Formats: sequence, structure tokens, C-alpha cells
Amino acid sequence: MSPFYTSKIATNMSQRTVSRSFYELLSSMRFAISLFTILAIASVVGTVLKQNQPYTDYIIKFGQFWFVAFKALGLFDVYHTGWFIVILAFLVLSTSLCIWRNWPAMLRDMRSYRESATEQSLRHFHHQAEFPAHANSVSQLRTYLTTQGWKYREDTRADGILLAAKRGSANRLGYLLTHSAIVLICIGGLVDGNLPLQFQEAIGTKKIETRDIPASEVPPISRLSANNLSFRGDVTIPEGSSADIIFINSGDGYLVQELPFRIALDKFFIEHYTTGQPKSFASNITILDKSTGKPLLHHTIKVNHPLVYDGVAIYQASFGDGGTRLRLNGWNVLNSNNQPFPFGGVVHERSSLASDNLPLTVEFTEFHPFNIEGSGDAKPQAAHLGGNAVADNKDLHNVGPSFEYKIRAADGTAHAYNNYMLPVQIDKRWFVVSGMRSSPAEPYRYVRFPLDPDATLTGFMSLRAVLMNPTLYPEIAQRVTNVIMPDNPTARAQLTDSTIKVLTLFGQGGFKALSDFIEQRVPADQRDRAAETYLKILEMCAWQAWGMARSDAHLSPPVANEASGWFLRDSLNAISDLFFYGSPVYLQLSAFDQVQSSGFQLTRSPGKNIVYFGSFLLVLGVFAMFFIHERRLWLLVRPDRILCTMSGNRLTLDFENEFRQRCQDIARIGKES
Amino acid sequence: MQTLSLSNPSIGRLSLFDWIYAVLLWAGALYAFNAYGAYMDSYEKTFLFGFAAGFSVLGWYWKPLRTLIITIAAVSLFAINDYHGDLGRAQHAFFLKFMLASQSAIMWMSTLFVLATLTYWLALATRSTFAGQVASGLTWSATAMGLIGLIVRWYESYLISPDVGHIPISNLYEVFVLFSIITALLYLYYEQRYQNRLLGAFVLPIITAAVGFLLWYTFDRQAENIQPLVPALQSYWMKLHVPANFIGYGSFSLAAMVAVAWLMVNRGILATRLPPLEVLDDLMYKSIAVGFGFFTIATILGAMWAAEAWGGYWSWDPKETWALIVWLNYAAWLHIRLVKGLRGAFLAWWAVVGLFVTIFAFLGVNMFLSGLHSYGTL
Repeated sequence: MSPFYTSKIATNMSQRTVSRSFYELLSSMRFAISLFTILAIASVVGTVLKQNQPYTDYIIKFGQFWFVAFKALGLFDVYHTGWFIVILAFLVLSTSLCIWRNWPAMLRDMRSYRESATEQSLRHFHHQAEFPAHANSVSQLRTYLTTQGWKYREDTRADGILLAAKRGSANRLGYLLTHSAIVLICIGGLVDGNLPLQFQEAIGTKKIETRDIPASEVPPISRLSANNLSFRGDVTIPEGSSADIIFINSGDGYLVQELPFRIALDKFFIEHYTTGQPKSFASNITILDKSTGKPLLHHTIKVNHPLVYDGVAIYQASFGDGGTRLRLNGWNVLNSNNQPFPFGGVVHERSSLASDNLPLTVEFTEFHPFNIEGSGDAKPQAAHLGGNAVADNKDLHNVGPSFEYKIRAADGTAHAYNNYMLPVQIDKRWFVVSGMRSSPAEPYRYVRFPLDPDATLTGFMSLRAVLMNPTLYPEIAQRVTNVIMPDNPTARAQLTDSTIKVLTLFGQGGFKALSDFIEQRVPADQRDRAAETYLKILEMCAWQAWGMARSDAHLSPPVANEASGWFLRDSLNAISDLFFYGSPVYLQLSAFDQVQSSGFQLTRSPGKNIVYFGSFLLVLGVFAMFFIHERRLWLLVRPDRILCTMSGNRLTLDFENEFRQRCQDIARIGKES
Repeated sequence: MQTLSLSNPSIGRLSLFDWIYAVLLWAGALYAFNAYGAYMDSYEKTFLFGFAAGFSVLGWYWKPLRTLIITIAAVSLFAINDYHGDLGRAQHAFFLKFMLASQSAIMWMSTLFVLATLTYWLALATRSTFAGQVASGLTWSATAMGLIGLIVRWYESYLISPDVGHIPISNLYEVFVLFSIITALLYLYYEQRYQNRLLGAFVLPIITAAVGFLLWYTFDRQAENIQPLVPALQSYWMKLHVPANFIGYGSFSLAAMVAVAWLMVNRGILATRLPPLEVLDDLMYKSIAVGFGFFTIATILGAMWAAEAWGGYWSWDPKETWALIVWLNYAAWLHIRLVKGLRGAFLAWWAVVGLFVTIFAFLGVNMFLSGLHSYGTL
């Protein structure tokens, strides 16, 4: 044998040992348990960090540095990153190898009765006992085994007969079922996963679209064909419209997935419980032929009741406004104009608005056809101890439609508004309310415009116009002076001046301007008195101004009573708040034409049936493994004695119990003749 | 070890009572089918008869269940009848107000569970067989009151309005009652099977903790109010998914408490009063095996429901992911025990840690993480 040849064998052998030990490692349970642990820990990451949020949210939350680091690790979409899928792939590999390694022995074991066991080997078992026997013992034991549900084989030996019995072999099947199930479930999941898409993105044949452009303009590189094996995406369709594509969110952009058909939304509707909570969300849809536009199917989709058409499941996922048309009255609230101008818009669209020659853009964002409000439920503590388990919802009521919009100035700054269409009652008085906020993080702060005694907004708007018209201040001041002191000329002039001053301050900055003025000009100890005086003057001015506004409109003079007192005070508060309203215009909703939209999720998941089949096997397997006990019983019957040996794959207390039971039975059979 | 005895439940030869019990169950199912079949879909009809068949066999297998079911059926029917179709009677009809209206019954359940815990402790301290029997009886009564409470609550929800009516396992409050009942039943089963009452001193505290949460949730958050179902929960899957999950959670909790007992006995604490290590180990294993089986079913049912409600059988939602983590945890535990044959302190500690993982999956996810599964937010 040449040295060369020897060394070659040696190399082969060491290679074989390496691959052999690698195989052993991968198929070992230690490795599988380690994978379980790693998988569990990796999964935790994705639950702690909210997944698939817009990238800007992450940047705000973590800062640029950590954003880049986390993004590189794929932490924003953990479950689809390469490393996570590699862990899963290892789990599949490890489980498959484990099956491969064990199934031949398992099957052999299941079939075998081990009837060739020698007495010597039987004597090694922990559970054994010996009993006297008699001539009929063998046949009685055969009957005993059969009636007790054991299967057995016989082996006749020189000195006796061995009855080798077994029970619960399906336990071994449990092992095969559970482990194959894991492999099947993972394969099914992989079929439905986005691995092919990730691959295409990696080699550059597909690219994520990040621009906000109409779907029809998305280039082919960001479009997926209708033949795509599996997908999961969303689309929002307004009532009366249709779509033949869906959007698949990916990273910081999206892809456009073509559908094999077209979906039209005929009507979306919400049903409510009597308590006001939503009871069902449903969409009447029509499936249309993609090329001819011919209707193929009418169907109603509800939450929990998807429609499966052409292998694509269509789910009711969300709803929103599909472009409600709003008719509005625009009120200039910071000048002396007292007439509204007609205005309008469509939700999700923009309208431009010129106010005092400033270009403003109105972005209509939402429309809510109704709003359920309540003061919250407060039960006395004792009521929890028994009796009625029913919430008291009597205070819930619908306050009518509302809409939301943003007013954006030329410099890009914007304020958001939430205006209710119908007046609301607060402290027994009626108001029209408008909420404003400067950032989405804030709650809306509401301006309350009081309704005049004729229950219209006109009274307030005319009063406000007069109080914001400096040319009318001398006349108002004159009237106030006439009421307070008709006689003293010097004091009159002083009062008129102060009144004009108060009006000017208030007309330019509300109560804030007045209090600033007082703080600057009045010594600290006299401020309260001054404030009281100014307020009184202001209220009197308001009364006079209201009278002037009503006479201009050819209405009867106001009647002095409690209601008009409240009206004036509420008006002054509202006017003062307008200086912080952020917009020179208030938009009042006068009529609307509601168009809703429905958000659908569409999925094609051919792997689902594989996963379900795997799950079925998993359940069968788990129960076979835990609740079928494999036991073997060997009865070596000699003319005078029986050697009884028992073994099982789970040495639990039940097994001990059964062994004792069997021993008693066999001892009894041995004694009987 | 040889002196241990296990009572081995088996269906065996059926007694007259067994037959009466089964006939009553089927008569009830047929009556319900006759009266309300028109309002049931095929799934609900399957559930109805599946229940009658399943619980006939279960009652034959575990005899005390027969008495329990007949008792709660009789008392619940009495309570339902006492309503005369008027929800307001819960406030003034004597039996409803003080005992049988759902909230009253659940408060009784809570009280009885706390008393049972104390009595089990007394039994452990004094080695009194009588105290043990009383504790057992209190646990049975608490379970019965809880089940009556849930059944009556089910009926009450229909009295609010027929469209509001639903099975009371739809929010955190209701599932806490369910958890207490299921854990107690699992314990009572093993108590009889292992002929040992003293473990109650370990298992009942976890139920008492659940009751404590329930009371806080009631008084602080008005959680006992029956609320109509949001559209996503209006599904027949709920009737399967939720109970299966809670058999899992209950079993895991039971196993963890037995593990605590194991660890104490292992250090010689209460060793003469509690069952020997082998018994505790066996019980811990069985409980985890049962829990694992049902938890597997529950997770699969959850996936099937998710496929109908959320558009995908698996979305890596926090609740789903934590269910997977719990599953992996116990799968690893079982592998170590069955394949490696490992026993002892390590596995006992692991079972205790498993409880914390389970509690996080059950409660922590709802409290700290957001996701699709937000029906039980705190």
C-alpha cells in the first residue's frame, strides 16, 4: 500500500468525521433546543419594537444614529429579515434531519414485538416479578392479553413460551407526526412569505416605490404581476369607484400588486347597537372582469366573513371617508365683515382661500357623519357587589356630524380644525363649536360661538363685526357714556376716551390685550379694581354694539334678560378666543353629500392549506405523544412459573400503577387452575 | 414509591346515575335545539350536540363532574327563570340580587375561592383531614358559583338586547373568571386522582391572585359591565379559541405552583405534609403536557380565526408572537424531560419561570404592547 493511498483514506475519513459530526450536531436535540431559545428571543424583539411603522416615526423615536443601526439589523421588520429566516431554516433543517435519523428505528420499533428477547435480557428490566404457574396458564394469559387490548406474539422455546405483548405503539407515530408537522408548517409559511420578493429586491429586478404618485404612474419595476404566487396588501376604494390593484407596504415605500380582477365598492355601511357601539362593518362589492368590465359577482363582505374569489381572499379591513362633498359658510372672524361667503370642498382634497389678500390652502381631512359623546359611567361602589352587570349608557348621545380640515398658510405652517355641524348644549346654553390645534399631539381646544336668542350664528357674527370695527368705536363709546353719566362734561370726555381705549385693546387682542395693558400701566394694588371696571365697560359696549348690529339688520332692539346677558358674556369670550384661533376664517358646515370608502385587505396564500394540514398533524401528534402510553409486557411462561417483565417509554406513576395491577392479575391467573 | 396509590379514573361499567346524567344532558340539548334551533347556524348546532356528547363522556370518566353540571344547570335555570325576562329584577328580586345575578354569583365565587385558600392553608398547618375536606368543598362551591355566574351573565347579555347577547368570554373580566374556574377544575381533578388535598395550599393562591385582579378590575375600572361585541369578535371561533387557551394557561399555572411545592419539598420544607417528589414531578409533567396540548390547539384555532378576521393566519402580531414564545418554551421543557430524561430542580425552576412567560403572554402583551389583539386592554 503506497503512502499516498493511505493518506487519501485518512483525508476521506477525517472529512467523513467532520460531516458526520456536523450531521450529528444539526440533528441533535441540543441544537434544536438552542434554536428554540434563539427563535424565542428574536421574536421578543419584534414585539417590543413596533414593526413596520413609517421610517420618520423611528427617526423621531430613536434619533438618526440608532435608526441607521436598527435598520441595518432589520429590527423594523424582524420577521422578514434574512437572519430570522435563516434561524427558521435551521429549525426546519434540524427537525428534518431529526426525522430522517429516527424514523427507520421508530417504525421498526413500532412493528416489532421483540419476541426473541432472551431470559437474560428480560432479567435486566427494572419492572419484573415472578409468579407460580400451572398447566392452563398459557391459554388463560392469552385470553387475558386479548381481552385487555394487548397485541402479542408467541415464541416457543425449549423451556417454555414467551408471550411478547405491546400496546400504544401509536405513541411513536406521535413523534413522526409532530416533527413532520413543524416542517410542513414552516414550508407553508415560507410559500406565503415574501422571500421571492425580497430576493428580487436584492438583485434589483424589483424596486420599492417611495414617491406619493398615482398608482397608474408607478413604473413596472415596482409592479407585481397578477400571477404572483402569494401576496398580502391593501387598497382603499371610495363608494362608486373600483380598483384592480393593491398596495403592498415594504420598508419605507410600497409595491403595486396587480389583481386578476377588478373590485368595485357599491356601498359601505356600519350598523350600530342601540348603545351606539359599532355592530358591523360591511361592504357591498361587485367583482368585475378586468378586461371587459362585466360584473361577475355581487357580494357583501363583513368583518369575519371574507370573500374568496379566484384564489384571492378579500377582507373588510378598514373604512374611512371616500371624498364627501362639503358645502360651507366661510366667516371672516378677524375683520368687520359680518356676512358669510359660500365655500366648499371635498374630503381628502384641497381648496384655496384668500382672506385679507393672504393665500390660504384648506386641506379637508375627515368627515364624521355622527359623533357619540358621553360623560362616562360612574357607579356607586356598592353597586359592583351584585345586581345588574349592565352599563348605564343613558348619557350617550349623538352630537351630529363633524369635519376636520387644515388651514395652511403660504409659509407652510398649518393649524388643524374640527368643526361640528350642529349646535351643542353646554351649561344649558347652545353653542356652535370649533376645535383647533397646532400639532397632532395636542388635543383640540374649542372655541364656542354662542347662538343668539333666535338660535342663529348671525347674532354673534354681527356683534363681533361691530366690536372689530374701529370706525364704530366712537359711537359705541358715546352711547356707553350717555348711559353712565349724562351730565359731567370733563368726566364724559375721559370716559369716552377710556371706552375707546378698552374697545381698541379688546378689538385687537381680546382679554389678553386688556390684561397686558393693565399689568403694564396700573399699579399692582389697583389692578383688580381696574380689571373689574374695564370688564364692566366692555360688557356695556357689547350691549350697545349688539343694539347697533340689530338695528343695522332691521331687527328689534335686544331685550335685557338673563339669556341676553349670557349671550354677551359668551360672545366676548368667543371673540377673545378668536385671537388664538390661528386662522382668520371659520368654516361652518351647511350641507354635505357623504361618500364613504372601504379599506380591503387582499391575500393570496396557497401555503395556508399546507399550514392547516401541518397543524392538524401537530395536534394529532401531540395528543398521541402525551396521551398514548407505549408499554410492552413479556410473559415467559414455564410449566411452573411465569416471569413477568414490563417496560414503557414514560416511566410515570401511571406506569407503576399499571405494573402493579398487571402483576396482581397475572398472579391471580397463576394461582387459578 | 410502591406505597403510592393512584385512583385510576376510567369509564368502566356505567351506573344508573351515569345514564340519568347523560339522558339529562341530551334532553337539555334537544330542548335547546327544539326551542332555538331556528336561530342557530350549523356550527352552533354542532357545538350544542358536541357539548352533550363530550360532557356525557367526560362526566362518565370523572364522576364528580356529573353532580357539578346538574347542579349548575338547575341553579342557572332557576336564576334565568327568576328574571321573568326583566333585567331590572337583578336589583330587587331576593335570590338574584344576593346570589344569582351574574355579578353577585361572581362575587360569591371570589369570596369562596379566598376562603378555600385559607382553609387549605389551615389544613396544611394542622394536618387536619376535615379542614382539607372543607377546603375541597369550598373550591367546588366556588367553581359552581363561577360557572353559574357566567351562564347567567350569558342570559343577561341577551336581555339587554338580542343582538348584544354573546358568550361571556369576550373580555379580560370574563376570561379571568374563566381562568379561575378552569384552574380550579384542573386542580380538583388532580386532587382526586392523586388523593392529596394539601396541594391546594399551593394551587389556590394563584386563583386567589386572579380573584384579586378581578376585584380590582371591577371596583377600579367598572369592568363587570356587559359590553356588546366589536365586529372582530363576532365569530364562532371565539367559543373554541378562548376556552382552549385558558385550559392551557390554567394547566401551566397549576404546573408552576406544583413546581413551587416540589422545590420546597426538595429542601425539606413541609416534606412530611406534602406528597413525595415523585408525585409532584409526575403531576407537574402531566399538567404541562395537558396544557401544551390545549395551548397548541388554541394557537392553531387562533391562527384559523385570524385568517378569517385579520386576513392572514399569522401576522407576527405581539399576541401571536408571544403565544409562539410560550409554545416554544414548553416544547423545550418537554423535550428536555422526555428525550433527555432530565428531572429535578432545573425543570421545576423552569416551570416556575414558564408561568411568568405565560402571564406576560396573557396580560403583559395587552398592557405593554399594542397590536391587533387588543380586546383585553387594561
